[in-house]
Amino acid sequence: MPAWLMQPRTGGLLLLAAVMVAVYLAAPNNFYLDVAIQIGLNAMVVVGLNLLIGYAGQISLGHAGFFGLGAYASAVLPAQLGIPPLAAPFVGMLCVGLLAFLVARPVLRLKGHYLAMATLGLGLLVFMVLTNESQFTGGPDGMSVERLRIFGERIGGKDWWYLITSVMLLLSVWLTLNLIDSPTGRALRALHDSQIAAQVAGVDVARFKVIAFVYSAMLASLAGSMSALYSGFVTPDKAGFLHSIELVIMVVLGGMGSTFGGIIGAAVLTSLPQFLTVFAEYEHMLLGAILMAVMIFLRRGLLPGLLDALRQRQPS
Amino acid sequence: METFLQFLFSGLTVGAVYAIVALGFTIIYNASDVINFAQGEFVMLGGMCTVFFSLWGLPLPVAAVAAVIATSLLGVALNKLAIEPARGANVVTLIIITIGASIFLRGLAQVVFDKQFHRLPSFSGDTPIDVLGATLTPQSLWVMGGAAVIVVLLWYFFTRTTFGKSILATSHNRLAARLVGINVELVLLASFALSAAIGALAGILVTPITLTSFDAGTMLALKGFAAAILGGMGNPLGAVVGGLLVGVAEAMGAGYLSSEYKDAVAFVIILAVLFVLPSGLFGRRGTERV
Repeated sequence: MPAWLMQPRTGGLLLLAAVMVAVYLAAPNNFYLDVAIQIGLNAMVVVGLNLLIGYAGQISLGHAGFFGLGAYASAVLPAQLGIPPLAAPFVGMLCVGLLAFLVARPVLRLKGHYLAMATLGLGLLVFMVLTNESQFTGGPDGMSVERLRIFGERIGGKDWWYLITSVMLLLSVWLTLNLIDSPTGRALRALHDSQIAAQVAGVDVARFKVIAFVYSAMLASLAGSMSALYSGFVTPDKAGFLHSIELVIMVVLGGMGSTFGGIIGAAVLTSLPQFLTVFAEYEHMLLGAILMAVMIFLRRGLLPGLLDALRQRQPS
Repeated sequence: METFLQFLFSGLTVGAVYAIVALGFTIIYNASDVINFAQGEFVMLGGMCTVFFSLWGLPLPVAAVAAVIATSLLGVALNKLAIEPARGANVVTLIIITIGASIFLRGLAQVVFDKQFHRLPSFSGDTPIDVLGATLTPQSLWVMGGAAVIVVLLWYFFTRTTFGKSILATSHNRLAARLVGINVELVLLASFALSAAIGALAGILVTPITLTSFDAGTMLALKGFAAAILGGMGNPLGAVVGGLLVGVAEAMGAGYLSSEYKDAVAFVIILAVLFVLPSGLFGRRGTERV
């Protein structure tokens, strides 16, 4: 196989696109397409979050807050301010980016469990505002979202949304891989290994952490907006603690620092509850057990773990 | 004045619980450098187990003791099955493991028990006591008194008994402790059991007032953590003072500002402390663990 095909940016993206087409052709009915769309939306968030957790080594337990803000942006902005639904996700993304930028510096100065708690607190504050400001957000019951129209045509079908989600996911993966290959990405990886060493080598540690944080927050917001427009309804649960945790699980399950691994993590964790509805009651237990087991036995995640195993089999 | 006193009482009552949760964090953190995100679940389990053990026919005091024992065993299991195999992992990994444990215990409570809110009867009636125009329920006295007893017993245990001192020694320097013949594994085990036991006790005491349900733990853990860092992570006195301060601040915030945002008070405190005074009120300055 030619070497350029083995590169994540070319071969990986082509493979991802091929899988997307195959899933579309193979999906027996709309239910599977719906699951695939949910996977795509979660994968967008995970791709960004992986940059923060896997590359920069900074944990965030509050990214569902950004997802929720994005979701509510595409619900509230058209309903309250008359901004067209097509523009709302981008206005929301900019606002979330600005918010993330403002909180990033003080928050990312913290390390380890302090950072975890601070991001968790931020996420919960967002959740509380969305739940309590019911004159704008409809409170705990949520609110409905005006459907997306492009050139007067209503975008509501699963086929349309599968196309939109696939294209957006491919774009985010492409953008993220480029970022990882750039000097920024190298700086981020240096950060993950040792902040002090990176600093000594002349990396502006604070700046690169902020870049990763803002980038991942904006991707989360965009995915949130898309999910709201797709489902036509938002509830504060989208910004909740459990959703934040699910996103982190997707990252660590697929493999921290592996962009495509994150997509696999998103696929596994999003589809499991859909196909194991019998176990709905045990969902929390399963999530917790998966999280612990992966961290203890498969610390590098599914995809890097599998790749390692393959490489060991055929020494070259 | 009466309303102020009223808010103060309710603040001190919940603050006593936060103080115990913060102490639980402190014990485990000192012994093993792990922040146990499942700390709130111990409190929830204390309450839920007591409710269901007594529903299943045990008299209340027996149910309470059984609940404390059951929770301690879960704490020991958590250490044995999840923390010990990951010895030497980095902080992010350990955080994710204890979060996994927290979600798992929530799920376990949801499956074994149910998703409803539950309460226990007050231990000595519901006749309120009048103090300077404000009312104090007997159960509040139980909570504050119980927390005080726990604090005194812990102080005695850590400063006056050999085993308590060996836990302290391990927290200062694990290798040195091992060299003088302290069984470090046993110390870690004991610190998880102890931390779970006091959490469960606090849960039992406060359930008649605040009710409990399978998902009550997360908020408690967050507020206990806020208390622990306000007091200075790793400092037991700081944990107690921090707990009471967070409780009072929350009650005042709910009373005078907005009851909808009372849960936000703890996070504002977390963020403010982390930004302004990262080592807390009683923390040692400049002792960063790298």
